[in-house]
Amino acid sequence: MEWFNALVQGALLGGLYALFAAGLSLIFGVMRLVNIAHGDLIVLAAYLGLSVTLALGVHPLLALVVVVPAMAAAGYVLQRGILNQTLGQDLLPPLLVTFGLSVIIQNALLEVYSADPQKMNAGVLETASVSVGGLSLGVLPVLTFAVAVLVIAALQWTFYRTALGRAFRAVSDNQDIAQLMGLNRHHIFGLSMALALAVTAIAGILLGIRTSFDPSIGGGRLIFGFEAVIIGGLGNLWGTLAGGVILGVAQTIGAKIHPGWQLLSGHLVFLIILAVRPNGLFPRISG
Amino acid sequence: MPDMVLEIYGLDAHYGDFQALYGIDMNVARGEVLAIIGANGAGKTTLLRSIAGLMKNRDDQIRYNGTAIGAMRADQVARLGIALVPEGRQLFPSLSVEENLVIGGQIGRKGPWSLSEIYALFPILKERRHQQSTSLSGGQQQMVAIGRALMANPDLILFDEISLGLAPVIIKSIYEALPNIVGEGMTALIVEQDIARALSVSSRAYCLQEGRVSLEGASGGLSRAEISRAYFGVT
Repeated sequence: MEWFNALVQGALLGGLYALFAAGLSLIFGVMRLVNIAHGDLIVLAAYLGLSVTLALGVHPLLALVVVVPAMAAAGYVLQRGILNQTLGQDLLPPLLVTFGLSVIIQNALLEVYSADPQKMNAGVLETASVSVGGLSLGVLPVLTFAVAVLVIAALQWTFYRTALGRAFRAVSDNQDIAQLMGLNRHHIFGLSMALALAVTAIAGILLGIRTSFDPSIGGGRLIFGFEAVIIGGLGNLWGTLAGGVILGVAQTIGAKIHPGWQLLSGHLVFLIILAVRPNGLFPRISG
Repeated sequence: MPDMVLEIYGLDAHYGDFQALYGIDMNVARGEVLAIIGANGAGKTTLLRSIAGLMKNRDDQIRYNGTAIGAMRADQVARLGIALVPEGRQLFPSLSVEENLVIGGQIGRKGPWSLSEIYALFPILKERRHQQSTSLSGGQQQMVAIGRALMANPDLILFDEISLGLAPVIIKSIYEALPNIVGEGMTALIVEQDIARALSVSSRAYCLQEGRVSLEGASGGLSRAEISRAYFGVT
């Protein structure tokens, strides 16, 4: 039963990892951009949430109303102002620029918020739990997982059922021909980054309610996001959710074996899957 | 002076250090079907890419309905009513047949072409509309590529080697559909390797050779000797 409990808790944790990963997956899928600053953007969203809750005295979940549009707008401006200039045949410039961005965001956060760990106060939500079949499930992890499923379902729907998603897929397939259809790829890229950072905002707030955070933790969140994307297979959003769940389960099972093995076992499972299935479990696009 | 849809003056085009076009002058009258012939590497595709905005040129080198469009992006040119059927079809593999057609029409220009009109022209596409575009045969893919361009209801449509890689019987059926396509007052520019085919559907023709116009005239009035000289550059 203890092991089953670890399994369920790990799966729920995977929802958070899937939220870290969904934005990465989206922008890589649309414009082959690997965003090294993604983890720091998650942390930035958490700090924005903190500022909003403190300034307005509202519940962290209510801060989403402000943080989601703010991050989306920042994403559009970031993409059109900087990142579009780095995109081309060469994969290196966007890597370098987003790496630089990562350093800038971390240091800016240090400057503004200091290195002290912070946490958002979500009241009873943090400790509330429900009992299901002998298992005690935290309301927050269940909520996080439900949000992850909803976000991925919404992204999936956007991608395959809307004109915007059609434009994303067309630009991803062939930028020149998509331009001939009247699509300005710079605008489409801006919209995809806006959507990715809107998801990032949700991930950041949920992270900030769940654990304490400081400006240096972005890198770790980026790795979890990457691992979830790769395990699930590039370009497959439901695969990304599965990847997050596998990573979360590996970590909690590892921690159950020995408390020091939590992160290590997650990475080991990732490496094993990478060795056995280099394209991930459910790949949709080839690198 | 007839009503000119497209006027090209002294158009140069470069790929890096390589110059592909040297001072092309060309004009296309409204409602005209113009053929562009020439050997491989003569610059035909480059010319179409320049008109469509996929290659940047000097602003005043290309005028469309009197507007200088040489420096515009392809999406801006498309909105003005120029559509390209690209060489090698280049459908979107992630999109179904119907989505490929719908995305062609999403700039929302008014005109005679709609999804039902395209399906009436190419009934096979209606049967296959939910399939991935890459699962179709070459000829059917070409129908999608033509339909996708028509969905934009362009005033000027550019066809780049629509017969390339297709079986003769398919080419014949696609060219038989052409009068229905350009009959609606649309102006067409046809790039084609098959000279006889190109001359039979067009009213005027230009021949390109190594990036320059080597011959121009009424399609019916060009002699074989003139064409082979303009085509190959031998005397």
